[in-house]
Amino acid sequence: MKVPLQRLARRPQPFKAHPFLRPLHSQRWNSSLSQKPGAAGVRFPGAVDSKFTSALFFEHPSTYPAIPTYRCMSPDGDIIDPAFTPASDTLALQMYENMLSVSIMDVIMFDAQRQGRLSFYMTGQGEEGTCVGSASALEIEDVVFCQYREAGVFKQRGYTFEDFMSQLFANKKDHGRGRNMPVHYGSKALNIHTISSPLATQIPQASGAAYALKMQRLTNPNIPPRIVACYFGEGAASEGDFHAALNIAATRSCPVVFICRNNGYAISTPTLEQYRGDGIASRGIGYGIDTIRVDGNDIWAVREVTKRARELALKDGGRPVLIEAMSYRISHHSTSDDSFAYRARVEVEDWKRRDNPITRLRKYLEKKGVWDEEKENEARGRIRKEALMAFAQAEKEKKPALRCMFEDVYEEMTPEVKAQMKELKDVLDRYPEEYDVAEFEGGKDTLSQ
Amino acid sequence: MRIAPRTISRFLASPTTRKGLDVPNISRQRPYSTHPPAARLNIPTDFSTTSLLAHSSQSALQNTELDAEVRNGTTKRMNLFQSINDALSLALAADESVILFGEDVAFGGVFRCSMGLAENYGSERVFNTPLSEQGIVGFGIGAAAEGMKAVAEIQFADYVYPAFDQLVNEAAKFRYRDGKEGRHVGGLTVRMPCGGVGHGALYHSQSPESLFSHIPGLRVIVPRSPIQAKGLLLAAIASNDPCIFMEPKALYRAAVEQVPIGSYTLPLSKAEVLKEGSDLTIVSYGHPLYTCGAAIEKAEKDLGIGIELIDLRTVYPWDKECVLSSVRKTGRCMVVHESMINAGIGAEIAASIQEDKETFLRLEAPIARVAGWSIHMGLMFERFNIPDVARVYDSIKQTVEY
Repeated sequence: MKVPLQRLARRPQPFKAHPFLRPLHSQRWNSSLSQKPGAAGVRFPGAVDSKFTSALFFEHPSTYPAIPTYRCMSPDGDIIDPAFTPASDTLALQMYENMLSVSIMDVIMFDAQRQGRLSFYMTGQGEEGTCVGSASALEIEDVVFCQYREAGVFKQRGYTFEDFMSQLFANKKDHGRGRNMPVHYGSKALNIHTISSPLATQIPQASGAAYALKMQRLTNPNIPPRIVACYFGEGAASEGDFHAALNIAATRSCPVVFICRNNGYAISTPTLEQYRGDGIASRGIGYGIDTIRVDGNDIWAVREVTKRARELALKDGGRPVLIEAMSYRISHHSTSDDSFAYRARVEVEDWKRRDNPITRLRKYLEKKGVWDEEKENEARGRIRKEALMAFAQAEKEKKPALRCMFEDVYEEMTPEVKAQMKELKDVLDRYPEEYDVAEFEGGKDTLSQ
Repeated sequence: MRIAPRTISRFLASPTTRKGLDVPNISRQRPYSTHPPAARLNIPTDFSTTSLLAHSSQSALQNTELDAEVRNGTTKRMNLFQSINDALSLALAADESVILFGEDVAFGGVFRCSMGLAENYGSERVFNTPLSEQGIVGFGIGAAAEGMKAVAEIQFADYVYPAFDQLVNEAAKFRYRDGKEGRHVGGLTVRMPCGGVGHGALYHSQSPESLFSHIPGLRVIVPRSPIQAKGLLLAAIASNDPCIFMEPKALYRAAVEQVPIGSYTLPLSKAEVLKEGSDLTIVSYGHPLYTCGAAIEKAEKDLGIGIELIDLRTVYPWDKECVLSSVRKTGRCMVVHESMINAGIGAEIAASIQEDKETFLRLEAPIARVAGWSIHMGLMFERFNIPDVARVYDSIKQTVEY
């Protein structure tokens, strides 16, 4: 909530002001809030602009229309508002190839998991538009927190097939040193924090990270303005961490864009069992956050909305923005899930055929004359070949050194852990037949002190 | 959700009834601080004479763990909350990346630990958060992940559990899961008042340190005095590992000593031998060290023995070598802590001693644990629950007479 200037002016001066920092936040106890006799509005400290009413009336969500869903391209690939200009064809083609790349990788890796060649996988079918579209509107300096279904974000920011495959096979080139389950990607160079399994934990972290970026720019104006983008599903938004994050981001004016992928399901739980309000977007308003709902199958809409949200997040010293991107989870939740146990196959097929972010952009590109069947076949063949090459290469790489298992718990290995590493080495020495260490880089010797 | 914190915490931390508090009690003396008239052991700690505090400048500056510059400086009389305030102020002044936040920290904190800091360092660096522990720690992790030194306050250790997921699954594992990328949340320090205070009952008395000692990746620190609190807190803030800093709230006003005014750190994961002895090793940390000190004084006189007293300071990762070498010398060991016996810090220490081949052979008595019973802290029963001088004395007697 904006504080009237006259209240700020009454704020006592700090007796030793910090040289770089202006006070941006008012403290309510510094100004006096009292009820004027006969006033039409309430001046309770908890709701300063509320008007009195003598009509007893409960607010009900049904008295408000559902928040509209912004789209700028029809399912046939036509731009709806002639005033809207999409980005260049070069970028459109790049975004299209990135969506295609993650969807092709998804099919290959899903099958590879079924063959037992990797332990786990999660596809992002149906949500390529949300991920690639939003990521295309961010600067590379912007910090990103993901949930796990955002391969498109990684691809759009420059993650290569080699990076994906190294992580998926947990080989010695894996940035995570073979510690995380597949699809828990992370990249410092691309400013994407490493994914963790606990849902929604990244959301308050994104608020804190955004506050850090704002503070760093306040103390050093040479740093370019940056935001944090934070992705999560509509199921994760039921966690307490979602509530904590949005509330703290609003009260501390953090430049963070929350991007909710509302794909209709959290594993088997449909949204009707997840919430009864108007989706996730309606909650943003309650926290005092600028909010928008967008068609996640419309990559231009997602890109435009994210671009505007980024600008808004940086305005007036920073503020949070909530984007709810609507889509449909075409894939199973993960390779450990058979979604036909809780939803009709025909429903999935219908979404896949009727409305899909990849086919929608393809129609747009074909209508502009920059894409056709021949280019499509060439691209699909080429991407598939690249992915399979990276797959084969990653699969045959050695696993990370066994020592990696003991390192990085603390900055330095503790005496306790050093002793335990030696204990493991001794067991491997005494029972060489019981363990296969050949696939690990350097074998058991890396456990030596 | 909870009792109005400002009222209760002032009431909890203050050794005397304050004016203006509506306490319907004519007597100036609080009934729970009295002791039986014939008591010889269970006499309240006299903090003005205990040898565990530096009552003169000279004794404060003798500490060889301080660097030369600090030792050549001066001291100032401070209680525990003032020394924490001093440490926070020095940290904020030295490094612009330090931020301080939590519930009610802006006006000075319900225990006065952040007094004057918002005025001095700006409301952007010292600020209130909404009332949400998971939000506070999650926010701190995110800020630390982007290079800030985030000092978060949980108003009472009893309320840290909503943030348990963020601490265990996120802060502790951040460096490990980031692997080669090398990002970490070592800049995070989470401060929380802990321990019994006479009348805190179920939710203003807890000491959950052993829950955190089961979590690789976190450093868990419990200071016993103003000098320690300052040096260990500055070390925790400087540390590149996430730290849980537990402040015994009963000592906030009670423990007063001469504290060096310079900026200094004390080593983490390093125990301190407070007193040498040859017949028994007592391991403790935080507030019960004063109980141990009083019991040792009586037992040494009565039983004609010499007792070694070790302050762990960091309860995890702990200084095993210091404890083991002491027990190898004395052959007997006792662990004293306020929190419950079951799977407490004492269990880890006792198990570590018996599984060390060399130390096991030197043991002449079972390792004793004097700690809170495996129950909750009922309001009226605190003085029968927290280890007191009589229980520590009795355990010393039984261990040496075994």
